[in-house]
Amino acid sequence: MNFDDTPEEAAFRAEARDWLARTAPKFVTPGPDEADDAREAAYIRRAKAWQAAKAEGGYAAITWPKEFGGRGGRPIEQVIYSQEERRYSVPSGPFQIGLGMCVPTVMTWGDDAARKRFVGPAVRGEEIWCQLFSEPAAGSDLAGIRTRSEKKGDEWIVNGQKVWTSGAHYSDWGILVTRSDPSQPKHKGLTFFYLDMKSPGVEVRPIQQIWGGANFNEVYFNDVRIPDSQRFGAPGEGWKVALTMLMHERLAISAGQVTTDVKDFFELAGEIELETGPALENAAVREQIADWYVRSEGLKFTTYRALTALSRGETPGPEGSIGKVVSAPQLQALGTLGMDLGDMAGGLTEEDVAPLKAAFQRAYLFAPGLRIAGGTDEILRNIVAERVLGLPPDIRVDKSVAFNELPVGR
Amino acid sequence: MNLDFSDDQKMLKDQARKVLSEKSPPGANRAVLEGTAPYDAKLWAQVGELGWLGCAIPEAYGGLGLGYLELCVIAEELGRAIAPVPVSSSIYLAAEAILRLGTEEQKQAHLPRLAAGEVVGTLALAEGVGVPRPERLETRLEGGRLTGRKIAVPDGLGAGLAVVAAREGQGVSIALVDLSEKGVGRAAERSIDPSRKSATLTFEGARAERLGPAGEGWAELQAVLSRAAVLVAFEQVGGADACLAIARDYALSRYAFGRLIGSFQAIKHKLADMYTHTELARSNAYYAAWALSTDAPELPLAAASARVSASHAFDYAAKEMLQTLGGMGITWEADGHLYLRRAAGLRLLLGAPRGWKERLVRELERRNAA
Repeated sequence: MNFDDTPEEAAFRAEARDWLARTAPKFVTPGPDEADDAREAAYIRRAKAWQAAKAEGGYAAITWPKEFGGRGGRPIEQVIYSQEERRYSVPSGPFQIGLGMCVPTVMTWGDDAARKRFVGPAVRGEEIWCQLFSEPAAGSDLAGIRTRSEKKGDEWIVNGQKVWTSGAHYSDWGILVTRSDPSQPKHKGLTFFYLDMKSPGVEVRPIQQIWGGANFNEVYFNDVRIPDSQRFGAPGEGWKVALTMLMHERLAISAGQVTTDVKDFFELAGEIELETGPALENAAVREQIADWYVRSEGLKFTTYRALTALSRGETPGPEGSIGKVVSAPQLQALGTLGMDLGDMAGGLTEEDVAPLKAAFQRAYLFAPGLRIAGGTDEILRNIVAERVLGLPPDIRVDKSVAFNELPVGR
Repeated sequence: MNLDFSDDQKMLKDQARKVLSEKSPPGANRAVLEGTAPYDAKLWAQVGELGWLGCAIPEAYGGLGLGYLELCVIAEELGRAIAPVPVSSSIYLAAEAILRLGTEEQKQAHLPRLAAGEVVGTLALAEGVGVPRPERLETRLEGGRLTGRKIAVPDGLGAGLAVVAAREGQGVSIALVDLSEKGVGRAAERSIDPSRKSATLTFEGARAERLGPAGEGWAELQAVLSRAAVLVAFEQVGGADACLAIARDYALSRYAFGRLIGSFQAIKHKLADMYTHTELARSNAYYAAWALSTDAPELPLAAASARVSASHAFDYAAKEMLQTLGGMGITWEADGHLYLRRAAGLRLLLGAPRGWKERLVRELERRNAA
């Protein structure tokens, strides 16, 4: 056991580190201000420039084959590069969904012409992609989507509504799953497309989230026309395409997004006075720190185990699937107790008053979303139970019923 | 990055699992639990012959000198098999204390016999209910003679050699006592896990030699407990894994309300949580194994983390396994309680998790101050 790079990994790390040291500082930028359109637009411009620089340097798509503009590298090299890139506050966010989920779907399901047209521009940061999946009535039960597509000649006419679409307002292209045949059971009768987000009839409305951001959107489709050539998979076979994409999503979301951690709480407990004296001397607080620390460390070393597999060129074990179901509720608990330590003033979100610039208050409002995004706590437990432990799937009352005969509530 | 065991170590683990699934089925645990023998003597002899006891003991002292990572993989399998043998007391505690603190002569005298399983060692610390503290110890070492009373001595009923914490002058020393000496009394105790027979030991001027320097034994004792915590964590991870397997098998064979109970989300989520806690514990244990095998400065923190994490995982898995079994789980006849008992036994051996959480936070404070 050791925590070192192999000689090849060390060489790659040195090379990446050197390239980043020469290139990244020019692109360091604060996060997007979603409340300010002009500042967000500037952020997107910088993100595109940074992506172009990465493509130029050979770091934009490390594991992709060379013919797709990738480096043909190993997964562990992608991890090493990401570890090194994280040292700089560079604007990589807008490309995560496109390069992580959408473009791989183009690569799997598109024809040569589509690959030629889209892969290069995405890698070079010229085009941003979004994923149009969830709907008001289809979240965990994604196959319950109702957005309709009807074939007319060589085109499909799309009507309906999507929701929780990250980055739809600055995306050039979207990947879309629709219901083409409601007389079929739920998982059949779905058809998958990609479309130009500037198409007539596409309307994007931002959603204000409870923690203040507005990165998600509602997307409305009013008689949007999509050429049949932009279909992935056969009509009615859209679920197969969706599944390949969802596997990428869970990987992407479990990777992180943490606003505060046990170290912050430890620091806070060192500064706060309780009725019995310093919070850090309080037995209940100490026990809580230990419990959180142990779980955070457990997750960290679970990741190390996965990296060990990648470093050996093996597929990581299923234990990687426990990440978010542990970290998201823990973030929520951290936010709650962090505020509790502030007592009567614990709810203040004034950054000059609330400890650590109101990180705990932000965590309290951010964590509920993290427990839902990319698979709710409940869905993730089902996945562990079914795919890791081999327990039977739920009995599905809607399995062989025509979609348009299913009961609908609110 | 390599946070995994080597192919050789995995092979040793597979071999251990195979041997134990044959020689230490739940019935072996039950036989000790229900009987009066202190441990499964046949299994103990086999474990000694296979060299497992001497895994981490240097060849110069009769061991195989393989290392702690090898002992970790064996520990996991002993835990999975809830093996009714005193490996933790004899090897993780007694042999470890002698190896760390003994003189050359003491090591030569005792380690080969421990490595071969010819004698069972143990560590005697508790004198009453509650947390043992150095200033409250009443057992005394004076002029090579030991006087006092120790309770809940793990595997005490079958032990021949005890490492005993005792006051000497103003401090605490560690005494080494041959339990066949005159002045040593021994009484069986009833306990939560009778598959490991603990005992009360009384010393009335029994002859004892000191292990390590006089009066400075307390810190050394903590270091021994830390090292043992890593190995016990592997036993706990193995035990938790076994509970999950039992619960899963049952959920895949029991029907209720016209369907397999494993298809209910209430059961699926319970088992998913068991898996999650067990994997977190395993990852913490791997890191602690690294720290133990390299004698890293991170060892005290890593060991405390592994102990807290694994104690929770086994406790959770044993309780929820019983819950999954329904009424069968609480019958004497079903094997569920063997795991519930072992979970409690290992959770209290080395001291309850509460105290280890306190140690953990103290280590964090120390690290922060540095």
